[in-house]
Amino acid sequence: MDTWEFYSQKLIPALNQGLWLSVLIIVPSAVLGVTIGVLVGAGRAAGPHWLKRLLDAYVAIFRGTPLVVQLTMWYYGLPGVSRFLGSILGPLGFPEFTWRFLVFSPYAASVVAFTLCSGAYQSEYIRGAILSIRKGQFQAAKSLGFSNSQTFWTITAPVAIRRALHGCGNEIIYLIKYSSLALIVTIQELTGKSNALASFYFRPLECYLLTALYYLALVTLATFFLRWLEKRLHVPGMDQAKAG
Amino acid sequence: MVAQSKVLAFAKPRIAPDGAPPLMEAKNITKILGGKLILDDISLSLNKGEFKVLIGPSGSGKSTLLQCVHFLTIPDKGDVFLEGRSALGMGHKNISAFRQEIGMIFQDFNLFDHLTAKDNVSIALRKVKKWPKDKALAKAMEELDKVGLAEKADLYPAQLSGGQKQRVSIARAMAMEPKLMLLDEPTSALDPELIGEVLNVIANLAKGGMTMLMVTHQIGFARHLIHEIDFMENGRIIERGDPESLFADGSSRTAVFCSKLTELTGNQ
Repeated sequence: MDTWEFYSQKLIPALNQGLWLSVLIIVPSAVLGVTIGVLVGAGRAAGPHWLKRLLDAYVAIFRGTPLVVQLTMWYYGLPGVSRFLGSILGPLGFPEFTWRFLVFSPYAASVVAFTLCSGAYQSEYIRGAILSIRKGQFQAAKSLGFSNSQTFWTITAPVAIRRALHGCGNEIIYLIKYSSLALIVTIQELTGKSNALASFYFRPLECYLLTALYYLALVTLATFFLRWLEKRLHVPGMDQAKAG
Repeated sequence: MVAQSKVLAFAKPRIAPDGAPPLMEAKNITKILGGKLILDDISLSLNKGEFKVLIGPSGSGKSTLLQCVHFLTIPDKGDVFLEGRSALGMGHKNISAFRQEIGMIFQDFNLFDHLTAKDNVSIALRKVKKWPKDKALAKAMEELDKVGLAEKADLYPAQLSGGQKQRVSIARAMAMEPKLMLLDEPTSALDPELIGEVLNVIANLAKGGMTMLMVTHQIGFARHLIHEIDFMENGRIIERGDPESLFADGSSRTAVFCSKLTELTGNQ
């Protein structure tokens, strides 16, 4: 098989399949990650004391342990918990789904792991952005008769999202690359495919180099999107977070 | 007690012509912050159309008093009545309805940084009063026109001068058609040459019959518009009277304080 044939017949079609799977993991994880980040960030910045403690614990765990370990727990670890639960709940007459739901498909395990990890990091950016908003902004809103939720949606959220955009975008770019970890739970996404081909044809250099280019293209696309978003949301004088 | 006798000497209770209750009545306001008594049993009232000024050394509790009248800060004791309705009686849930009827102008403007001038003015009409967008924007343009900034409607706060920002914030408060305006040192964060434009707008409000309570050290600009000056010190009002009588007696605390300001700044 000559080189051109290897590229056009084997490598590129396989990587394209892997790319599609990667996108299917990345997009929902990014969207859910940002959503969790906004909710958790808001809760940590302005929530009641017990909620802050609870969410701090979530962030501590998901930021403090390796993603590989988390992913492995979701996929390989939870079935053990499920069996244990089943051995208790089964004899008591509970239906099977009350313990079966802990057994994740490889795809579900990846999206859950990436979403929760990404959300923990996103919440840090959002929290920082909310805390950087001047107190006077909230006072002005209060004095005009805004309720707490009206203040959150018209003042806090629009300002915090603009301030956090750089950080959140950065986290999404990380996510694109750590989605490659899905290969350890048997998903044949971009890196998984590349891995398989490299060892089957014994042509690691070409396989991994082309895979790297695919990721570069994905990241470039994401960067363009984030730039566009930044321009769309641009407000004069809000480029830098003003303290005080 | 010297202070007490001064209060009595200058007190000239103003009764609304038709004998109606005061527009705003703050009764026995007490506030403790960080273990320190900031407001010590203060009572104060304004009739419709009255313009009162609060002066006094910094730390005397003037700003806190405004915050308490607006219920932005809840007083530890005492209550505020607006047209006879009690703020405490509105309950926690409806307190924003009470606040809507009072406008506040802040020392450092507090415009919403992410909104244009016209959105700053219209946002509360849309979100709080639930007006449709076009009606709210039309009202915003009308209010911006009154403060002479109609042509700046599409600019963001960062693109405006300090004086313009404060005029937008006055337009924002006025758009809500408040019954009472509270002004907390509206010109003290401004460059000297920008103070005039803001004071002009405030003088126009006073001439238009707006009921106002203002914390300021700029008394000279419109002494003839001010109905009463309250002098605060250590959380209490120690002198109260109309400007003419307070300044006629050169030994009043107010006159002495203001003459010191004049020595320092050379104006007023």
